[in-house]
Amino acid sequence: MAMLTTSVGRAAASPVSAGEATGLLLYRNYLAYRRAWYIFVSGFLEPVFYLFSIGVGVGQLISGFEFNGQTIPYAEFVAPGMLAASAMNGSLLDSTFNFFFKLKYNKLFDQMLATPLTTMDIARGELSWSLLRGGIYSAAFLIVMVAMGLVSSWWALLVVPATLLIGLAFGGVCMALTTYMRSWQDFEFVTLATLPMFLFSATFFPITAFPTAVRWIVELTPLYRGVVLCRELTTGALSWGSVASVVYLVAMGLVGLMIVRRRLDKLLLT
Amino acid sequence: MADSSTQVGPPTNVLAGAARLFDYWAIAYKRTWKGSAISSFVTPLLYILAMGVLLGGFIKGDPSKLEGATSYLSFVAPGMVAAQAMTTVFGEVTYPVMGMIKWHKTYFSMIATPLGVPEVILSHLAFVLFRVATTSAVFIAVMACFGVFSSVPGVIAAFFVQLLIGLAFATPLYAFSAGLKDESAFSLVFRLGMIPLFLFSGAFFPVSNLNAVMESLARVTPLWHGVDLTRMLTLGVVDWSMVAVHVAYLGVLALAGWLWAVRRLGRRMVL
Repeated sequence: MAMLTTSVGRAAASPVSAGEATGLLLYRNYLAYRRAWYIFVSGFLEPVFYLFSIGVGVGQLISGFEFNGQTIPYAEFVAPGMLAASAMNGSLLDSTFNFFFKLKYNKLFDQMLATPLTTMDIARGELSWSLLRGGIYSAAFLIVMVAMGLVSSWWALLVVPATLLIGLAFGGVCMALTTYMRSWQDFEFVTLATLPMFLFSATFFPITAFPTAVRWIVELTPLYRGVVLCRELTTGALSWGSVASVVYLVAMGLVGLMIVRRRLDKLLLT
Repeated sequence: MADSSTQVGPPTNVLAGAARLFDYWAIAYKRTWKGSAISSFVTPLLYILAMGVLLGGFIKGDPSKLEGATSYLSFVAPGMVAAQAMTTVFGEVTYPVMGMIKWHKTYFSMIATPLGVPEVILSHLAFVLFRVATTSAVFIAVMACFGVFSSVPGVIAAFFVQLLIGLAFATPLYAFSAGLKDESAFSLVFRLGMIPLFLFSGAFFPVSNLNAVMESLARVTPLWHGVDLTRMLTLGVVDWSMVAVHVAYLGVLALAGWLWAVRRLGRRMVL
């Protein structure tokens, strides 16, 4: 009896560590997705379809683009753009719709907080899950790119971590925004911000298509930083700009994460 | 429709019955139209700007490579109009149909009146067609400002073609949704149905750019028939025998879908 009370006391006194909590949440999401594996798998196909359609189909109409002084075929230009954009879209799904549903409708986070988990554990765990998912998709897409001969540098191996940074940045900020959403209709505003980024962040055509003033705005968007970073890695043309992109994306993700924790405190613990 | 509340007794035919349900759809849409505004109007315009104007600036306007179009913008615009008619239908005839049956059970209250399954389907499809008509009209009007259409009659004909495309997708998809027990299949319908159709049915590039197998596959999809029909009309390069093939294909699809939908929803709701 004495032994039991001390172990219970010890467990209550020391809640799970950050690593354990993240692991638990990853395992929970794995269990939840196990029966809907086809949704998980089909998510990978979307950027591949875009690559084949735009890169190969439309690519036959375009001679190619100049990137960092070298002319590259259109498919090679578009592929890293699709990869970065799908990293954004992938993390968006988990951090907006799915997060909102868990927060508001099935009250999943309320239940988690009834255990030794903290709001920071939830924010970190949910973000880690969407990063894991995005990383798997990116790695698979990279294999497709290599098979199609669209990769010309060993730096491309770093593309998977680069897409994780994109996922971190968008996941963190979008989760933070989701905590302010009132209803499903509000998500139209997310689309209103992300769709122009998807279409105009030098994904489909080079930034030289814009007048200078617009160009500056585009260069400041997070997706543009991500697209250029991925393209620099797959073509092997790294620069100091790549470092700036990395710092930008990490900072954005961490700020988002801090806001999520504070907002969850406010929404669920008061 | 204002006098529908003063009518007494059961409606005399299916059309009159479906018209009575129009009030339901009008009131519901009056409350939710804002949410659909961004996806219906802003999305296609952004696509046109990005793909047609900006990406198109890098593409040589060679009519022999662009099915007769003199610029990529005038090639891609009709494709996008037709693709938009399709995506509108996918949005309206998947989750909403399941909602009416399974989640909100609105259909059950509808058929608890003298109205039957055909009336319920007809009025729902009329609403879907209304959505297709408004989004296509706005889209076509904006595209006209870019000067990509060759003649006024061609543009008007292209508008009515959008209704036919809408119907050809709406009835079979409706039938599919009406019998579905679980919504998780819809994400596959979007990812393996709508997106490949959107990307490979000749909206963005001539299907002859695909390899032989893929090309013949693309040519049997309903969206390709719709895209080709719309493009012929807006460019003014009309091959009437192909028009007949396209119209017949889409018409048969719409009719077969309708018969299937009545059967499938009837089994679900009545038996």
